[in-house]
Amino acid sequence: MAKAEINVTYKINKSTGYRERIVKDFRINKYAYFMAMPVLLYYIIFHYAPMYGIMIAFKDFRPALGIWRSSWIGFQYFKDFLGSYYFWRLIKNTLMINVYQLIFGFPAPIIFALLLNELNNKVFKRTVQTVTYLPYFISVIVICGIIADFTDRNGVINDIIAIFGGERSTMLMRSELFRTIFVSSDIWTNLGWGTIVYLAALSNIDPKLYEAITIDGGGRWEKAIHITLPGIVPTIIILLILRIGNSMSLGWEKIILLYNPLTYETADVISSFVYRKGILEADYGYSAAVGLFNSIINFILLIMANKISRKVNETSLW
Amino acid sequence: MIRDNSLAGKIFDGFNILLMITIMIITAYPLLYVISASMSDPVQLAHHQGILLLPQGFTLRAYQLVLENPNISTGYKNTLIYVVGGTSINLFMTTLGAYVLSKKNMMWNNAIMFLIVFTMFFGGGMIPRFLLIRKLGMVNTRWALLIPNAIGTWNLIITRTSFMGIPNSLQESATIDGASDFTVLLRIILPLSLPVIAVMTLFYGVGHWNAWFDAMVFMRSRDLYPLQLFLREILIQNRADSMMINFDYVEGERYKELVKYSTIVVATVPVLFIYPFLQKYFVKGVMVGALKG
Repeated sequence: MAKAEINVTYKINKSTGYRERIVKDFRINKYAYFMAMPVLLYYIIFHYAPMYGIMIAFKDFRPALGIWRSSWIGFQYFKDFLGSYYFWRLIKNTLMINVYQLIFGFPAPIIFALLLNELNNKVFKRTVQTVTYLPYFISVIVICGIIADFTDRNGVINDIIAIFGGERSTMLMRSELFRTIFVSSDIWTNLGWGTIVYLAALSNIDPKLYEAITIDGGGRWEKAIHITLPGIVPTIIILLILRIGNSMSLGWEKIILLYNPLTYETADVISSFVYRKGILEADYGYSAAVGLFNSIINFILLIMANKISRKVNETSLW
Repeated sequence: MIRDNSLAGKIFDGFNILLMITIMIITAYPLLYVISASMSDPVQLAHHQGILLLPQGFTLRAYQLVLENPNISTGYKNTLIYVVGGTSINLFMTTLGAYVLSKKNMMWNNAIMFLIVFTMFFGGGMIPRFLLIRKLGMVNTRWALLIPNAIGTWNLIITRTSFMGIPNSLQESATIDGASDFTVLLRIILPLSLPVIAVMTLFYGVGHWNAWFDAMVFMRSRDLYPLQLFLREILIQNRADSMMINFDYVEGERYKELVKYSTIVVATVPVLFIYPFLQKYFVKGVMVGALKG
């Protein structure tokens, strides 16, 4: 049997026809293709079938009829969405939360990593790291539970506000505070954990560069600005691209846990809206259309971010 | 770093250390607060204002209530099933996929890879996915939490990259000796990839531990709820009936806050205790993902 197989391989090697190549490839790799089957099936069923399901965004979807037999309605849902009162509110909120995250949340671990890098005492440094990594391991639900408790009328934060003569309030009911609460709790969760990647990048910087700048009379500030910072710029850019690519789905699970009808004004983003319309109100076609709108923007953002970074920095994801 | 003995340098170091201590306090304080409050006397706690450091009075009654609560034990049991079952499926599928895609002499590999990577950029979205899983009859079964997330694409790519780092000659010589792809994966690739497998186990495991959204959408019967969903009822929705069994109004009102705090402790401390031991694997995983992704 083995001998026959070798013979076949030998014969086919001489001819290079496309069909022969397929047959030969399959003969050699048949087990590997067999192993790929469950993986392929998984992707086809759970990733590509939902892409087929996007069709309901253009149909008057009736679950009883199924996707195929429901009748087409074209771009009706998109027109409804673009013309609705919610459209601009959702765009504004999605944008604002991302802007807040980019301005405050994104640089925080970078600055923190640079400061950690300046610590001379190894033990102290490790202690700071271990403590600040902790919140990352607390589940979203527990974090939101803690937030709800602390921002409550009788919670710690209001206690502190009251000590300084401020007014007590249930802060999660105030729409003007939502973004602040959301972003600052995110910084609390991710500050320490976010430094890991940067610290790894820092440890890859060639020590000779530091020696060279010392010989040239450069001090600590020059080192930080001319060597340390440029050393982590590629990492910063890659993480920035990833962040921008994620911006349409950023933290929506946490938003669903923290918002309430009183704060929809500032808290409701496209993803949470899709969840409410689709899963809670069972308005499938409409919510799938809004979801598709979301995916398309997301796709465009990713492509654009990558293009820009390739131009600016020669660092890109692919 | 190199020591800096100038005055400006010393001032900077001083400020830096102060800042770090402040950050540590801000990070740790909420956790300390929750632990202290969970053991305080409810009346004293209610009257306490401002910064709480140590427990005010002492009682473990709230912990007793939490441990008597069948929801917590049901939740823990289910979460354990989802973490162990889900992670096993994840590892099986991920290593299988990563192995096939790491092979260099397969004709259709690039096509398969494209098919997989594309799903990172575009997807059907929440609603078509929901309708599909419902159609597959997975609603209110454990499968809904195990199968639809069988592979994390990012993790698959990290694992594949790591497999590709193993010298090809090892596989070739095994193949010449008559080893099939199954044997190569089991006997050669996996034993050499234990670090990345450990990292994947942790990533997937933590993912299952924290997951709640799919469970909220797909689970109807409370017997199947993971711990996080019970936590949601207790912490976010303030549902007293889910906090305590045999809810007694007087005691319930009194201990409500405490029960929340002690629930947080019971649901978080096991993870926080394990984590320092696993920290280095996590760090390794993040770095593998960042540098090679």
